[in-house]
Amino acid sequence: MINLLPLIRNECLKIIKKKRFYVILLILIVLVPMFTYAQMRIAERSRDKFNSDWRLEIQQQITDNENSLGSDRIPEEWKSYRRIFVQQLQYYLDHNVNPNEPSGVTFTRQFLDNSVSLFIPLLIMAIASDLVSGERTTGTIKMLLTRPVRRWKVLFSKMTALLMFVSLIVLSTFIISYLISGLVFGFKGFNVPVFTGFQISGDTVDMSGVHAVPQWKYLLMQGGLIWYVSVVVALLAFMVSVLVRSTAASIVVMMAALIAGTILTNMASAWTTAKYLFMVNLGLTGYLSGTPAPIEGMSLSFSLIVLAIWAAVSVIISFAVFTKRDILN
Amino acid sequence: MAKEMKDGSGTVVLSVDGVRKKIGRKWIIDNVTFDVREGEIFGFLGPNGAGKTTTIRMLVDLIRPSEGKITVCGYNVNKDPEKALQYVGSIVENPEVYTYLTGWENLQHFARMQPGVDEARIAEVVDTVRLDQRIHDKVSTYSLGMRQRLGIAQALLGRPRLLILDEPTNGLDPKGIKELREFIRNLADGGLAVFVSSHLLSEIQLLCDRVAIISKGRVLAVGGVDELVARNSPYVLWELEPFDKGRQLLAERPDVILADPAEITLDDSVIAGMGPNSLITIMDDSLIPEIVAVLVMAGVEVRGVHKINPTLEQLFLKLTEGETID
Repeated sequence: MINLLPLIRNECLKIIKKKRFYVILLILIVLVPMFTYAQMRIAERSRDKFNSDWRLEIQQQITDNENSLGSDRIPEEWKSYRRIFVQQLQYYLDHNVNPNEPSGVTFTRQFLDNSVSLFIPLLIMAIASDLVSGERTTGTIKMLLTRPVRRWKVLFSKMTALLMFVSLIVLSTFIISYLISGLVFGFKGFNVPVFTGFQISGDTVDMSGVHAVPQWKYLLMQGGLIWYVSVVVALLAFMVSVLVRSTAASIVVMMAALIAGTILTNMASAWTTAKYLFMVNLGLTGYLSGTPAPIEGMSLSFSLIVLAIWAAVSVIISFAVFTKRDILN
Repeated sequence: MAKEMKDGSGTVVLSVDGVRKKIGRKWIIDNVTFDVREGEIFGFLGPNGAGKTTTIRMLVDLIRPSEGKITVCGYNVNKDPEKALQYVGSIVENPEVYTYLTGWENLQHFARMQPGVDEARIAEVVDTVRLDQRIHDKVSTYSLGMRQRLGIAQALLGRPRLLILDEPTNGLDPKGIKELREFIRNLADGGLAVFVSSHLLSEIQLLCDRVAIISKGRVLAVGGVDELVARNSPYVLWELEPFDKGRQLLAERPDVILADPAEITLDDSVIAGMGPNSLITIMDDSLIPEIVAVLVMAGVEVRGVHKINPTLEQLFLKLTEGETID
């Protein structure tokens, strides 16, 4: 009888030695400064324009958006999105809180918001898509499965190692973006209030549930949701990696699904059954900041449940296939 | 229809009983039965595509048989892999190890997957396969022969009672092949049962005690290697001058059959050595001295006489009575 711990240790060791995790860190270290720089330019420009008065800037944004509502060329869906946006900005203005207070923490919050549905899932795929198919591509699966260890234990150890690294990726994304943007915007800003709890129905926003939370608390909630999304994506990619023999194919399948998700998010509001697809439910943090859901009828709990079902099914399929399948080559 | 020709002695380590495997609608393995006993080297001989690798994969639970039973030391491989595979060390096809790890890290990795293997045991097998010089280098820098040795080290790690090697001499140079043979013989002398697959009869002849011959998913014969080979009348290659007279003398003898080179299959090395004055006979090789004397007395110069080892194909022709392999 082989304990699971040495097996998990093996899998973690292989992920580290394969240098996949370093590549992910490297990507973050290269890309985050680029985003930080872009953000810095935006901040500089608005400072020149509005003489550092954020109230003027927000007022200008509200006016711009309201003006565009009168145009016939803009589709109805965009208009309702803008109406909601205007109401939220007005709320910030009324309560004298700058939603874009420049700081490392604010940057991190916005960066995480933008990366939850595509960027972080891509980083996760770098590890998850290779876990099983990588062993099949190189043939080492034969060595792995001819040891006196039950197959479910091998798969379980891989899955456990994966979830550990997923957590590590989410954590590193946060830390790296905070450290790098902090150098530019300052490391303060954990106690700046952020409003959450906007209830969106149609194109009006119900403000009754809105309350301010300190930014650190907001980041924690956001982190939890991002971790949840990441785990679901990891388990899906893991299943594809079990089903498909080559790593390349495994990555392509998951990429296609994720990109399809972003495309659908932008156009599928008319096709309501698309809300049961996992890819359109990845923007969990949008519920926190009050971004309207891509499809009518989606809510935080709805998305959480849909994602949980997708994850559970992929775990079941992974184990069922892996423990039964003949390794023919 | 397997013909049992010789019974070895010793306890049975591996027992394969009536194993069949269906993939799609085709039976790719159709009734394979044999036993491997401790201390013997068992050859598994067949052309490429006969089902050798599929059978080996079934022995180590990579493929589940559709019918039949495989037991190692009394444990069913498919029902109780945790117990049965404890006694098996194997290399299936190529020795595929993690190239981004060092040899040592690879062995540690596999040591963690079986009970009772500590660092001292790892050092011991490294020593056995003589990899101690390079064991801490990345496997990606190893030659094929070194990877082969690392694969064997990995297979020996858990002190197996059965060692399964799939075409172990593939990619080795003649010196490496010879070393490997001696190495395997030593292991068997120590009581290990060794199962070796090959598509080369000569290799099986040099290495194995007993052999099973497989073709198209069926075991054609199981028996001692020497008996199996001896059942074939060997070919004899003659080089004579003057050729026509010599040929006539040979043709006159009732105990010699002249073979038509177009109809028999020969190794390329033999064909390359055949001159214009060469011919091939099928005959008992004990007749050679007598016939040489007859030829010389008649004034025919005997430039050369060669016994040609039977090829696997000849063996098949014999076993299947004319059914060719493809």
